[in-house]
Amino acid sequence: MFLIKCPFCGERAETEFSYGGEAGINRPLDPDALSDVEWADYLFMRKNPRGAHKELWNHAQGCRRWFGVERDTVSYRISRSFELPAGDKGP
Amino acid sequence: MQPNRLKQGGRIDRSRPLDFFFNGRQYRGYAGDTLASALLANDVSIVGRSFKLHRPRGIVGCGAEEPNAILQIGSGATTLPNQRATQVELYDGLEARTNKGWPNVNYDIAAVNDSLGRLFSAGFYYKTFMYPRMLWESYEKLIRRSAGMGRSPRLPDPDHYDHRNAYCDVLVAGAGPSGLMAALTAAHSGARVLIADEQSEFGGQLLSSAESIDGKSAQSWLQDTLYQLSQFENVIMLPRSTVFGYFDHNFLAIAQRCTDHLGGNLTGQIRERQWRVRAKQVVLAQGAIERPLVFCNNDRPGVMLASAVSSYVNRYAVCPGKRTVVFTNNDSAYQTAIDLHQAGSEVVAIVDSRIDGAGGLGEAVRNLGIAVFQNHVVTDVSGRRRVSGVLVAKWDGDRCAQINHTISMDCDLLAISGGWSPAVHLHSQSGGKNVWNEDLQCFVAGESVQNCISTGAGNGYWSLRSCLQSGHDNGRDAAVLSGFETVDLSLPSVDDLHSNALQPLWRVPASKDPDRCPKQFLDYQNDTSVADVRLAVREGYQNVEHVKRYTALGFGTDQGKLGNINGMAALAECLDRPIPEVGTTTFRPAYTPVTFGVCAGDHVGDLYDPERKTAMHEWHLSKDAPFENVGQWLRPWYFPRGDEALEAAVARECLATRRSAGIMDASTLGKIIVQGPDSVTFLERIYTHDVANMKIGRCAYGIMLGEDGMMKDDGVMARLDENQFYLTTTTGGAAQVLAWLEIWLQTEWPELDVHLTSVTDHFSTIAVAGPNSRRVLQNAGCSIDLERQSFPFMSVQMAELAGVTVQIFRVSFSGELAFEVNVDSGYALYIWKKLMEAGKEYDITPYGTETMHVLRAEKGFVILGQDTDGSVSPHDLGMHWMMSKTRDHLGKRSLSRPDGKRGDRKQLVGLLSTDNTTVLTEGAQLIENPDAPPPVPLLGHVTSSYASACLGHPIALALVAGGRKRKGETLFAAASDGSMVPVKIVSPVFYDPKGERQHA
Repeated sequence: MFLIKCPFCGERAETEFSYGGEAGINRPLDPDALSDVEWADYLFMRKNPRGAHKELWNHAQGCRRWFGVERDTVSYRISRSFELPAGDKGP
Repeated sequence: MQPNRLKQGGRIDRSRPLDFFFNGRQYRGYAGDTLASALLANDVSIVGRSFKLHRPRGIVGCGAEEPNAILQIGSGATTLPNQRATQVELYDGLEARTNKGWPNVNYDIAAVNDSLGRLFSAGFYYKTFMYPRMLWESYEKLIRRSAGMGRSPRLPDPDHYDHRNAYCDVLVAGAGPSGLMAALTAAHSGARVLIADEQSEFGGQLLSSAESIDGKSAQSWLQDTLYQLSQFENVIMLPRSTVFGYFDHNFLAIAQRCTDHLGGNLTGQIRERQWRVRAKQVVLAQGAIERPLVFCNNDRPGVMLASAVSSYVNRYAVCPGKRTVVFTNNDSAYQTAIDLHQAGSEVVAIVDSRIDGAGGLGEAVRNLGIAVFQNHVVTDVSGRRRVSGVLVAKWDGDRCAQINHTISMDCDLLAISGGWSPAVHLHSQSGGKNVWNEDLQCFVAGESVQNCISTGAGNGYWSLRSCLQSGHDNGRDAAVLSGFETVDLSLPSVDDLHSNALQPLWRVPASKDPDRCPKQFLDYQNDTSVADVRLAVREGYQNVEHVKRYTALGFGTDQGKLGNINGMAALAECLDRPIPEVGTTTFRPAYTPVTFGVCAGDHVGDLYDPERKTAMHEWHLSKDAPFENVGQWLRPWYFPRGDEALEAAVARECLATRRSAGIMDASTLGKIIVQGPDSVTFLERIYTHDVANMKIGRCAYGIMLGEDGMMKDDGVMARLDENQFYLTTTTGGAAQVLAWLEIWLQTEWPELDVHLTSVTDHFSTIAVAGPNSRRVLQNAGCSIDLERQSFPFMSVQMAELAGVTVQIFRVSFSGELAFEVNVDSGYALYIWKKLMEAGKEYDITPYGTETMHVLRAEKGFVILGQDTDGSVSPHDLGMHWMMSKTRDHLGKRSLSRPDGKRGDRKQLVGLLSTDNTTVLTEGAQLIENPDAPPPVPLLGHVTSSYASACLGHPIALALVAGGRKRKGETLFAAASDGSMVPVKIVSPVFYDPKGERQHA
């Protein structure tokens, strides 16, 4: 079970959190201007890297804030947690 | 009478005799014994039969590595299968039995398998039980019975189990010399230390050691050290506690056995506790496991690990034999000869494969007058049910040679040592690799990938001095890494004898080649021999993981603790590759088997999952309503009168509601209040309908889509004020919807000033439906005018009802005139009872979820999750009218993807059985032509199906490809009995299609 650092509450067990998928996928500002392929890219395409992965987590059983985590998908080591920039789902 | 018990010594309490039963026969041991030591004290040499060949087997080890003495302990509901006798503490009245052997373990008819041994080679089961396939299930039962698997209890477990979370700076796994030094050093630095050991008392090897520390006996140093540790407030000491799993981010699980050693009826106490520990640093001090040597008939009862013999002699005061031969390729077994000699037992000889023999211990042995045969090996064992002698041959180190014995020795115990393997299991579980150490000829822990360090014998330090030293250093470093100051303790002084290097000896040559000589066992528990591994290689298996599965090497309750390395070596030799290239298999949790009880803890029965009950729950209970689980909520399913069955009750509830008045507890609906100046902007991005134009006090049906354009949730939205809205969600969707709203507000739309409050539990909802519902509310004393003109359909008003402030919504999920009363949950039961009283003259009828389902299906209202799945869009449901044409909202863009515009999308329709009587099966597939050859095109499926008492015939909702254009067509619903029911496609609205009743 992961130990995740909520930037607002500190380190807590994984059972307090829920996962939000890859970070940095922001909703296009004008969806109608996108081609079907571009829209499908936003909807479905994810990097799924081997190694460093930036992802969203929610402290669901705590402060309920969303934040970013950088995690290695092989070793599961978490190198950092970070607050999301305003108006953004992360870098 | 315990023939093998020594008169003195050991850590047993001779003043506390304990009677126990093995296979029904009564024996006696002492407090401090394990079941294994007590059996050996009573000279019980056969404790099991082997898996395939049913060869008699005796006790080999003295701890977790034991492969043979796998017994069933106790009986009835609390019985434990597959217990290692070496780890079961003796208690008075203990009952143990073997599951192997018929008619009994001493005379086993299936031992004939042994003479047919060549038939029972690697892959025997795969090769023999292939055909016919339909018989496999019968074969499997026979095989399992024959193999003598443990029997799990058939009755519910009456015992209690517990989980406990803990945090520490330094977790020490194993309380032998290095673990104790590590704990002591870390404790001095101030770190919070948790030290756990699987045995009944701390000390590990020190409990059976004849060495001295600081001029005192090892046991005396142990006692002092344990006292010191117990004085630290920052130390938790857990004996009888196995660190069985090492998981991510230094999370470890420990199974603590609290009462099993006490025996008797202890119901009410915690039997086992799982410690779930998050440690900053972990010191792995699990020690090492001695390896057997591989020679012909090396599995005979009376062949034991040398270190186990020492333990039985020194710790348990049991001498497992009268005449002992020691066979070794390293120095450590010489100590066993000394221990036996000191105990007054005869040591026939030490057979040492090495030319040079042992170092310091060799000299000590010679001083005692014990014969040593250097440059010799034991090639075979005589005696079938018990060792009666050994055959010894001179050997020059050529591993391919065929050698004949020159000497035979009489003995009844053969103590063997093939060197030591560090217990690298937890390191491996933590994700670390194990690396081959050529000097030590064993795998040691490689680089740590988590915050852990292996120490002592667990990292290849064999001598007591080096164990104490490494334990001290690693304990100190672990404390420093978790933020404490460096502490150095003075190390106790220990004599360190010079020892000679081990000689790699993975298979002792025999008089015939390895495929023809008597069986040389690698894995006792699975009857895997050298010949089996060689056969597997000949049959094309090379990867160690494949060989493992083909030969069963390393499976079973011991997980290859004894046999794995010898097996790797046999494979390596056969493939002519070095051992590290063959590699080990991956160790996974649990280190030793754990009970289901300790995994489940107290999450069983009522505590398995939280139950949510509404404020009216007790009332429903009093009416004998059966409950339905909806998420974690318990909802009344129907309210039977007398012994009325479901169908009759639902028909009655439906008719009563449509004809007069029904009442339902709708409290489980999710409720969210949205406030703030940007509420409209926010909700317009989430919902599909026109929010801005909603007037204050009006309600609207709202749907929200996922970004993929598919139905996510639905409910009623009410505008309470300019900037205040009230949303309901589906019962099961409440938490997800709140999270969905929050993520947008928090991440991408933080500029919106909107606040969300979940009020699901704060308000209870009572739905009163039916043509007389207005009169019921009026009767109950409602402060507002409920007539159509002043309180129209789809609006909301505050009111006083029976003296309580309530919020009344004129919405309807039944299609009837209906009111939903929202009331502070504290008053909900009171209001419910008032409404029941007020409705008496209208025969107000409580109804449950089943009637709710029928009423809404008659109206063609969908239930998300029942009539939809994640692939149904609002267009599929015919909800075009709800979609804003002009503005963007979540999911909108997806509806214009090519997939959203397909003409053959499945659309919501109604179905009527053409015979007007058959209630379709929900989930039944719909096809066009029942005579079509397979594969038959599947056009859709039935999503909801009920008998409708109001309409007098069954109705169903379905999703059908291009369904709306197929109205009037006939399809066939495949029933579960294989028959085909003809059905007609109709509009999904069966009842009051113009919607006049709800506007009444």
